[in-house]
Amino acid sequence: METQNVQSTEWSKKMHDSTVRLAIWTFAWVITVAIPAFGPTLFWGENTLINSMVILLNVGVGIVMIVANIRHIKLQDELMQKIQLEAMGISLGVAIVGGIAYSMLDATNLIPFDAEIGLLVAIISITYLISLFINLRRYK
Amino acid sequence: MKNRLKVLRAERDWTQADLANALDVSRQTVNALETGKYDPSLPLAFKIARLFSMQIEDIFEDEEA
Repeated sequence: METQNVQSTEWSKKMHDSTVRLAIWTFAWVITVAIPAFGPTLFWGENTLINSMVILLNVGVGIVMIVANIRHIKLQDELMQKIQLEAMGISLGVAIVGGIAYSMLDATNLIPFDAEIGLLVAIISITYLISLFINLRRYK
Repeated sequence: MKNRLKVLRAERDWTQADLANALDVSRQTVNALETGKYDPSLPLAFKIARLFSMQIEDIFEDEEA
């Protein structure tokens, strides 16, 4: 088992490092979302240059977060990849069906407010988490 | 698909974590394999067979055959 344990320690360490890296980039992305959301109101007002820069920063950090997520998923074992794939598939379906329905509700004035992207993101996130939880329980 | 993973692991006095480490998978995956809730891919099945120095068909049994 000695050689195998050496291999496994490497894989476990890689998984740990990958999880930490993903958490750091996700946190960084959340921060870069907050900057253009609150910065203009609290600090620099409607400064086009600064607003463009912080939004560009947000997109840049977002791309790095996506790459970190792809690498993290590729490192997972096959069952975990299957669980992730199913959860993401359900989330994507909810995003398309829910998003279009939500947009149509707004367009036809069936809801008394404007369709906000934030609500859709929240629904997608909750769907993903619930799907992940159910799948993890299923294979437990 | 039935398999003898749990027996083979017990014969070697390995924990699920030991086996998971040897296969580079999570402990949950080993548990799902042992309980038959998940069938491994061909590469993982070969890896398991190599680990136990056995043929795949000596570990996994096709219930439909």
